[in-house]
Amino acid sequence: MINEIGLSHYLILAAIIFSIGIIGIFLNRKNVIVILMCIELILLSVNINLVSFSIFLQNLVGQVFSMFVLTVAAAEAAIGLAIIVVYYKNKGSIDVDQINSMKG
Amino acid sequence: MLAHSLFFYFFSSIAVLAAIMVVVSKNTVYSVFFLILDFVSISILFIMIGAEFLGMIMLIVYVGAVAVLFLFVVMMLNVTEQNAKKSFRKGLINNISVGTIVGAIIFLELLVVVGGWKYKYNFLPLSAENFEEKISNTHALGNILYTDYIYLFQVSGMILLVAMIGAITLTFRKKENVKRQNYFEQIQREKSSGVALVDVEPNKGVKID
Repeated sequence: MINEIGLSHYLILAAIIFSIGIIGIFLNRKNVIVILMCIELILLSVNINLVSFSIFLQNLVGQVFSMFVLTVAAAEAAIGLAIIVVYYKNKGSIDVDQINSMKG
Repeated sequence: MLAHSLFFYFFSSIAVLAAIMVVVSKNTVYSVFFLILDFVSISILFIMIGAEFLGMIMLIVYVGAVAVLFLFVVMMLNVTEQNAKKSFRKGLINNISVGTIVGAIIFLELLVVVGGWKYKYNFLPLSAENFEEKISNTHALGNILYTDYIYLFQVSGMILLVAMIGAITLTFRKKENVKRQNYFEQIQREKSSGVALVDVEPNKGVKID
């Protein structure tokens, strides 16, 4: 039914955004900042899941948890960007291909 | 319900397209712009299904803080110039055009939201926000956040504190040639260490080091 937006529509949207984020992490060969943005996309899709379940199951706990996910995402972005800034100061570049000093 | 489905498909397609553009765009600054567009679209979806508080928080936290932080770091690290050196540098015109596209789409979304406000009674049964009582989403969220989940709330505050301290210590650099106050030395100073009485001989003066 095209006129009936249900839980599955939101879940599919979240799944699409999640997979785009995953694909972005693998495809990206430019710099680490784009990888951080892809992680933000993934957390966003998790938030979509939590909120849509919360709305459709009539339970507010999902929204509370979504808020905690938001908090952790903000903290993670701040720490990650700080690490990137320090790395750039030391090495002069944040290309993904050149980050290999750990031989990983 | 038709309006609801139309809005859903409109905003979700914009969100998916923006997510794809975050991944594939050559310039990192454009990626940040499309990330902003994505967050705006998703927060509009949240507001539409009845999680108004989270939608607004998402706008404030992500678009207002995190995306600006990303943009700041991208501009500070000069990544765009590195990429432009490799590829063909197209100059300012390209920047302006992409920025305009993103801005125009966000503006369009806002127009659609304002135009669709008269259909809001179609949305309300679906959202079922006042789950039992007649209170707003924010009120209901606050009721359980500050009672049942108060410990988790405080722990998330601690997480933010630790993140702040970590970010500051990571990027803090001690500078040379900067004089700072040392309170302990200042307070510990006494007359014996601070003042010396010197006999001045005539016609010779005192050597001050």
